[in-house]
Amino acid sequence: MTAATISPPRSPQVPRGQTVLGKLRRQPMTMAAVLFIAMLGLAALLAPVLSPYRPHDTDYFAILQTPSPAHLLGTDDLGRDILSRMLYATRASLLACLQAVGLAVFVGVIIGLLAGYFGGWIDRLLMIVIDSLLAIPGLLLALALVGALGPGLVNASFALSIIFVPVFARITRIQAAAVNQEPYMEASRSIGLTHRRSVLRHLLPNTAAPLIVQIFITLGVAIVAEGAMSYLGMSIQPPEASWGNMLQRSFSTINEAPWLIFIPGALMTLTVLAFQVIGDGLNRSFALDTRSET
Amino acid sequence: MTALVTRRLLTSLPMLFLVTLMAFSLSYLLPGDTATAIAGEGANAERVEAIRQQIGLDQGFVSRYVSWLGGLLTGDLGTSWVTGQSVSSELLRRLPVTASIAAGTLLIAVLLGVPIGLLQGMRARRSFDRAALLATAVGLAIPNFWLATILTGTFSVQLGWLPALGYTPISSGVVPWMKHLVLPCLTLGVFAAAEMARQVRTSYLHVQEQPYIQTAIAKGIPARSLVGKHIMKNAAAPAITVLGIRLSHLISGTVIVEEIFGAPGIGKFAIESIRSHDFPSIQVLILFSAMFVVIINMAIDVVYCFLNPKVRLS
Repeated sequence: MTAATISPPRSPQVPRGQTVLGKLRRQPMTMAAVLFIAMLGLAALLAPVLSPYRPHDTDYFAILQTPSPAHLLGTDDLGRDILSRMLYATRASLLACLQAVGLAVFVGVIIGLLAGYFGGWIDRLLMIVIDSLLAIPGLLLALALVGALGPGLVNASFALSIIFVPVFARITRIQAAAVNQEPYMEASRSIGLTHRRSVLRHLLPNTAAPLIVQIFITLGVAIVAEGAMSYLGMSIQPPEASWGNMLQRSFSTINEAPWLIFIPGALMTLTVLAFQVIGDGLNRSFALDTRSET
Repeated sequence: MTALVTRRLLTSLPMLFLVTLMAFSLSYLLPGDTATAIAGEGANAERVEAIRQQIGLDQGFVSRYVSWLGGLLTGDLGTSWVTGQSVSSELLRRLPVTASIAAGTLLIAVLLGVPIGLLQGMRARRSFDRAALLATAVGLAIPNFWLATILTGTFSVQLGWLPALGYTPISSGVVPWMKHLVLPCLTLGVFAAAEMARQVRTSYLHVQEQPYIQTAIAKGIPARSLVGKHIMKNAAAPAITVLGIRLSHLISGTVIVEEIFGAPGIGKFAIESIRSHDFPSIQVLILFSAMFVVIINMAIDVVYCFLNPKVRLS
């Protein structure tokens, strides 16, 4: 007996959480990805508790060691424990990505709702801004912004959020413009609901499904983009660990310790894969057209 | 066709204007005094003042912006604050490197991605398709800077087959030129090929379900002609779109690979300019890459129109 059989028939356009979750639970790959991300998040939160060593502690008698009981993932060229540094790096990199995507969703949704709800010249003006941002290659724009503002986690998150705003603005705008044509929006206007109430109570909830899918897809993109910026020395600054700067550091000792590049790299790839799988799974559960947005 | 191109050009003008404004405003984001920031730490007051004069910071935003725009329109892209060289000569010098990497990347995307995607489409949900689906998912997820380190570690450090760093122009020999290109192109090509394979597979399966294909099968058209003439031609348009989008965003990828492989191309120019606060170069790079994106998008539309006469935009 599933939840769907006892619940009353729902609007086919936006299935409620229960049925979406029910569908998600029947996708083993998606559930594995959710579990992976949950564990990663837990490791990031508990990094100070879980780390066997402090992330900056050097030990010059134990440099570039292979994995051993004392150092489960080995040590780097300064004798720092890789496992501890990876835990802190996970914390920093995930935080940067969450900040970037969070801010991008907030700003993008506001822009998209304004453009889709009001239409007309507001729409045209906002879309020119969005199109200009989209025309500049993302990583180039983010690097140029950080180059001017100065490197670091906060500025890198901010720069990344700017390159992610257009995609959220566009999705919201398309949905909002479509929902805006629905009779219930006409009705809400005719009974004199304020703009704010119409948008928040009716427009936003009906644009939520594709947005949630896009959030997970963008999180995957953000992991790679933040990694690239860290690798180039433009995001989280050493000695603070991040996935990108740990990879860069291990690449510089690739002659002596080639295995070191696989630890941050594999974790990044798995994380990106997991976000993509969750995005695809949600897409199927919401029963959205998979070819509509790329 | 001419109308389409003209309209696209006209609608992209306000957008490109906004890009010039954004690019030009970047230098104003520098915290503190711009001239001091460019002179670097420990520069004396006279040097800072000389820089301020030299780059015209004593003038206002509007007059600086207008004179920059005027220069652009007359073909003067400005002078680097760091090297004192003209930005256009620097760009021209570096263009062949990036063009070589871009061409190699697209070649890998087509030579690897198209056959894989086609085979997947023809044998959908069989074992090859499943394996390729997993491979393309990994290809799309793997960060290019990690792939670059793996490839270097394997082919340069362990096996010693290919150079890890640098670039030699084609004029000093085709073989050394290609040897330097293999790893950067492979790094970017894996993602591009995975994207291509995925798109070709999707388009193939989509076209295959269309009624006209069912009709063709019912009429007894041989399988070879069915795939070649009917399915592939109709599945080509989305694949070309993907290729165009990849090309237009290749500059982000070349920043990474040119830095890692030490190739003196436009991507490396970008990261060097960003690190040294060389704003005249950064502005031009941003504007040109945006113009490149606009042109590619237009070319995609034209090709689309050409391949599919049904697409006649009103």
